[in-house]
Amino acid sequence: MDARNGEIEALNQGEDAGLGVRALVGSSWGFCAVPDLSNASVRRAGESAAAIAAASATVPGPRAALVPSPPVVASWASPCDVDPLGVPLSSKGDLLVAVTAAMRAAGADHAEANYQIWDTRKWFVSSEGHRIDQHIRECGAGIAATAIGEGETQRRSYPSYRGQYGTRGWELVTELDLPAHAERIASEARALLTAPPCPSTTTTLVLGSEQMALQIHESVGHAIELDRILGWEAAFAGTSWLDLAQLGQLRYGSELMNITIDPTIPGALGSFGFDDEGTPAVARDAVRNGIWVGVLAGRDSAAVAGLDYAGSVRSDGWARLPMVRMTNVGLLPGEHTLDEMVAATDDGILMDINRSWSIDDRRLNFQFGCEIGWEIKNGRLGRMLKNPTYTGIGPTFWRSMDMVGSEVTAWGTPNCGKGQPGQVGHTGHPTPAARFTNVRVGVRS
Amino acid sequence: MTPSTAPIAAPAESAAAQVLDLARAEAGPAGVEAEVVVYQTEYALTRFANSFIHQNVAESTVSVQLRLHTDGRTAAGSTTITDPESPRDLVRRTVAAARLCPPDPQWAGLAAPAPVLPGPEVDEATAHANPQDRARRVRDFVQAADGLTTAGYCSTLYWSATFANSAGQTATSAAAQAAIDAIARAEGADGLARVATGRLADLDGAVLGARAAAKARAAANPIELAPGRYEVVLEPTAVADLLTLMAFYGFNGKAVNERRSFVEIGEPQFDPAISLVDDPFAPGSTALTFDCEGTPRRRLTMVDAGRTTAVAHDRRTAAQAGTESTGHAVPGGTAAGAIAAALQLLPSGSAGGGGASGGSVDGGSAGGGSVDGGGVDGGSASSGRAAEVDGPAADASVAALVSQVERGLLVTDNWYTRVLDPRTLVVTGLTRNGVWLIEDGQITRPVQNLRFTQSYPEALAPGAVLAVGSHGVTLPNGWWEGMACHAPALRLRSWNYTGNASG
Repeated sequence: MDARNGEIEALNQGEDAGLGVRALVGSSWGFCAVPDLSNASVRRAGESAAAIAAASATVPGPRAALVPSPPVVASWASPCDVDPLGVPLSSKGDLLVAVTAAMRAAGADHAEANYQIWDTRKWFVSSEGHRIDQHIRECGAGIAATAIGEGETQRRSYPSYRGQYGTRGWELVTELDLPAHAERIASEARALLTAPPCPSTTTTLVLGSEQMALQIHESVGHAIELDRILGWEAAFAGTSWLDLAQLGQLRYGSELMNITIDPTIPGALGSFGFDDEGTPAVARDAVRNGIWVGVLAGRDSAAVAGLDYAGSVRSDGWARLPMVRMTNVGLLPGEHTLDEMVAATDDGILMDINRSWSIDDRRLNFQFGCEIGWEIKNGRLGRMLKNPTYTGIGPTFWRSMDMVGSEVTAWGTPNCGKGQPGQVGHTGHPTPAARFTNVRVGVRS
Repeated sequence: MTPSTAPIAAPAESAAAQVLDLARAEAGPAGVEAEVVVYQTEYALTRFANSFIHQNVAESTVSVQLRLHTDGRTAAGSTTITDPESPRDLVRRTVAAARLCPPDPQWAGLAAPAPVLPGPEVDEATAHANPQDRARRVRDFVQAADGLTTAGYCSTLYWSATFANSAGQTATSAAAQAAIDAIARAEGADGLARVATGRLADLDGAVLGARAAAKARAAANPIELAPGRYEVVLEPTAVADLLTLMAFYGFNGKAVNERRSFVEIGEPQFDPAISLVDDPFAPGSTALTFDCEGTPRRRLTMVDAGRTTAVAHDRRTAAQAGTESTGHAVPGGTAAGAIAAALQLLPSGSAGGGGASGGSVDGGSAGGGSVDGGGVDGGSASSGRAAEVDGPAADASVAALVSQVERGLLVTDNWYTRVLDPRTLVVTGLTRNGVWLIEDGQITRPVQNLRFTQSYPEALAPGAVLAVGSHGVTLPNGWWEGMACHAPALRLRSWNYTGNASG
């Protein structure tokens, strides 16, 4: 449901069912998806998947192998206290109408609010003997206020650019307490119109937890996808600056950098019981004390790379081929509160809430824009800054991280694009705030 | 070649009619305004990497989408489930949702009955291509790369829509497209070939593989260049990104209504060399000839010789602007606004293109206009394609622009572009798949990828466009199969590069 300026703008309810068959013949996967679940249809889908895979022999490669995934018969469900589809539409509508009206009253030229709910039942069956069913409920919500000035717009969002999402019930939305933040973000959006711009300089940068989530997503999560490292995504999503020969040795970041791949986190958006190859969810390290030690892998890519684990293969629905995807890729906490990081900074900038993101096809050169910034002078927050941006090269940036926050939020990103045909993945990023040194900020057009 | 909707229109029409009848019955005395679209899609994609096919997929999907307005309230629902009870379930839950919704005072009503022009005929060989058809083109691409590592895809798409609403409007439309989007790789440098067409038979994997390989070899061992402002020749593959982002953020009626867009109708916002049309009738377009509200689409001129003349509207944004819908509603698009899905930058020498006169608003050219331009600069007017050339330029029309540049850059692709400010359409992104330094009209050195931070409308402003290429290329959209751009190359006075490989 989308609301705008005190009115419901759209309510869409979709129901989707089908079957996707993946068949491995020689060097290639063949995949066929059909919406008709009759016996005849699904049999044809199986035959078609095998025939499509066989057609790949026109341009063959090395015979594919799979790392073992012991067959299991299992059920799994995500935690859910309040069924989000059981909450009356009228209550949800009243919430969105009220918060958008409040933002308008507080000075927003455009006030938006939305929630999304997914209730997915998935059955995975393999010729090796897997029989797994999962029930995953996801939901989330967010609000945004836009102020329009002379030739510019300024936007403030809560709690995140697109809202906060998780594999949880409606209790997640209740805990966000959207009404409590409506007036503040509207006021901040309007104040940004007259705020000074972020200076163009090189300085100490403190990133709030929400922006850290996307920093991790783009410059670590995608870089450690094994299919990218192997060149399987070279023509579209891209490759990776990481070289498998350096796994276990390469310094990715400072000693404070500890990145985990953990689909077992209760309620995080990238959590599941089993991935879409039937591999059970297991937590692993990706970066330990700054050293790159792990990847997001599938059974086929792991076999090529000589690794013994998989567990990160997912599809965005029955109609698309499962592929290597992020689960929950996050930064382990450090010792400092955000206030302590600010207090320890003589001259710097605090930025938070993502507004734009861009990174090259090897996941090195990035540029992010945030909704809001504040200057830091002598350990205190100063003026609000508009149009804050920062740019850098991944490993240089991560090696400059010298303080890590202690308070972790498991941010959910429901819009991760990858693959051809395109797929939209749901990923999680538990992370605290962090501080970086010698960062170029204030990139101008 | 056969008419576009013959095989499956009848069951789709009856399904749409059934849903309308059910909606009327379910709504009861309150009455209902309802619209139904049945989409049917056959999409197949043969993907290769490291020079072999590794992912080979096909999907067949049916989606029934219902939007209804009853007792002053609006809701929408969809289903892909094809069992007999599914339409009844869809109607029940959508009517129930509408009754629980707050009133919708912005409801703009249903499209009245109006004729819908037929689109380009669908090529059956493309619509029903098999895995071997695609694999052969991949094989030809890989072999033509002559030992270089290759990656990419060959795809075929067929989709149709059948529309009916309770006001009496009905329509059917279909489109097919085949595409190759692939790279060859040489010493860490990538060379690109990307093109879409309405006929799979027009895709020559060998020609495209050779082009990608030539670009890759020419891109090897690049130098690092300092950031700064450079004159550029953007190849069609890079220009497509400008068109796509302008469609979403600029020529979007909702964004204009809300003053979030740079667009001002009637103003000379662009260089006179720029003429921009949205044309679902053009060959290779994947746009249908009506939108999801049932509004017929026409060829719409959005920029005529530099002057902004129109923006895309759906019924809601049009009502707010006090005008008529242009047929650009998109499924689930109330929040996103109205999107032009068949944008074309007219090449020089075509009617209305490159500063020439012509190009009327709402011209209704079922023939699609002469978007491929004439045979200037080594192109073939009969084939509509520019000639292949040696070296890294994509074709002869690009090479012709390169020859005019004293010092600048040839850019193949813009990548991972994101909007920093919607109002000014300041965008950051990176070059990809080949950048070269041009000196005295010659391509002299490959250059490492650069990051830019650039206002797109500023780059096309009056005086900023030095030349428009003579031939356009139809390009697939990586994220929305129903969108395809058609673009020639552009020679622009200035492009703002703000970073390089060092930071």
